[in-house]
Amino acid sequence: MEPILEAINLSKRFGGLVAVSDVSLKVETGEIKAIIGPNGAGKTTIFNAITGVDPPTAGEIRFKGQKLNGLKPYEIASQGISRTFQNVELFDNMSVLENVMVGRHPRTFSGLLSAVFHLPKAIAEEKAIRDDAMERLAFVGLSSSAQELASKLPFGQQRVLELARAWATDPELLLLDEPAAGLNSHEATVLADLILKIREKGTTILLVEHDMELVMDISDEIIVLNYGKKIAEGKPEEIQDNQEVIKAYLGEDFKGR
Amino acid sequence: MLVLVALPMVMRNPYYLGIMVFMGIYSLITIGLSLLMGYAGQISLGHAAFFATGAYTSGILTTKAHLSPLPAFLAAIVLTACIAFLIGIPTLRLKGHYLAMATLGFGQIVYVALNASVDFTGGPSGFGEIPRIALGNLVVESQLARYCLVWALVVIVLLFSLNLIHSRVGRALRSIHSSELAANAMGVNTSKYKIQVFVLSAIYASIAGSLYAHFVTFISPGSFDLEFSILLVTMVVVGGMANVWGALLGTVLLTLLPEFLRGFKDYDILIYGSTLLLIMIFMPEGLFGLVKKLRSVRGRM
Repeated sequence: MEPILEAINLSKRFGGLVAVSDVSLKVETGEIKAIIGPNGAGKTTIFNAITGVDPPTAGEIRFKGQKLNGLKPYEIASQGISRTFQNVELFDNMSVLENVMVGRHPRTFSGLLSAVFHLPKAIAEEKAIRDDAMERLAFVGLSSSAQELASKLPFGQQRVLELARAWATDPELLLLDEPAAGLNSHEATVLADLILKIREKGTTILLVEHDMELVMDISDEIIVLNYGKKIAEGKPEEIQDNQEVIKAYLGEDFKGR
Repeated sequence: MLVLVALPMVMRNPYYLGIMVFMGIYSLITIGLSLLMGYAGQISLGHAAFFATGAYTSGILTTKAHLSPLPAFLAAIVLTACIAFLIGIPTLRLKGHYLAMATLGFGQIVYVALNASVDFTGGPSGFGEIPRIALGNLVVESQLARYCLVWALVVIVLLFSLNLIHSRVGRALRSIHSSELAANAMGVNTSKYKIQVFVLSAIYASIAGSLYAHFVTFISPGSFDLEFSILLVTMVVVGGMANVWGALLGTVLLTLLPEFLRGFKDYDILIYGSTLLLIMIFMPEGLFGLVKKLRSVRGRM
């Protein structure tokens, strides 16, 4: 089968600095794939390239066989790729519910005029958006905080909310940028379960993460980056035993765990 | 609503009604500015120019082309919307101070153009004899008639705006204000919505301008200068940007304040300035922020 996402010879330069150098990767439909590597290895740069936030200097990105290069971030999101951010980017001035409701944006249609004139079509759609968002909050366990300001949530729940918002776009591919960063081990477990549940609902997941326990637990495949280059790729057990990966990133402690 | 209907019954003095009429005209503009600034987070220091476009288009079309006020009014809306669209495309790519500077520059260009094109606009001395608005035999001439017309429009514009705020597009606008990065990642076409709300707020200003032209029947560039743009922004900020009701509150306060301060003669500017200063220091969220706080305190009790 055709991979859902394919990056071919991706490179990204910032002036003289080569952040990503000639990296190719494939994500198969339905899998959970992790990108790991030391800080500055180019992980987030790849996410920004895929989502159009910061287009690659060279190389091609294909989503379901279609080229993504040159598309704007909102167009890429509308095609079915959603993401979360390393430093949580919630809409702080909006309620928890409204945050998830914004997630429904690419799957709904009411424009300015139908809103201004309060047309029945827009009212019906608004209700559908609200119901759908409430269901998703129930799914991730945030129903009781629906009316609270997003910024008032504890940090762990903010990560969950950001995940719910991204998932509300009904993405085929979900990019999670360090979803467990700043979470305690209990919160990280809850989040890992949630990621698995979302995958079961039919979403393919690509994540960047430093929490190796989480990565080894939930990933089907792992890619290791170092200094912008891909140094290894394979199943979690293979990666754990890879000498080069141990030297560059994991350290001796992780060997043969 | 009740206050709006009751007010003219109690207040027969045409001078006070006249102030209320101006308050209504300003409100039309500040409601739009509040959508643009408070909800979408885009500042404009050039809205006097859209007010001017409405006023001059209505004025010129009814005096020189002898159109009746209604088609002139619609033409003004279309023209203003087109100008706002063309200005919006390049300027809304800018952020913060740069956007403020660009819109300020646009306002100044329009101001200079109005002064310079003497044949068309009468130049600095303006032109008069703009006909009044007439609906059949009913001429909108008394302050009471003006009051009714302008506040009816304010109510309509307010309803439209509230509808917009509580909609998919309203949420998209607020998401842009909060994080453009995340809004984009949620599939929100940020530039499209910024331009749409910019055009909408310009249309509101144009409606206000047309009314102004027909009410005052004489217009000159002096009424559309930078100071007026700044006054509008101040009204929105003092009232509380995060809410259209705040914009209304700010407009009411800043229209009435100079009237109350007349008794203080030379000190009026001083008191006016200090009032603004105190509001901004002690109520950073504007008057509406205070209202909200009082309400939540009462809710807790």
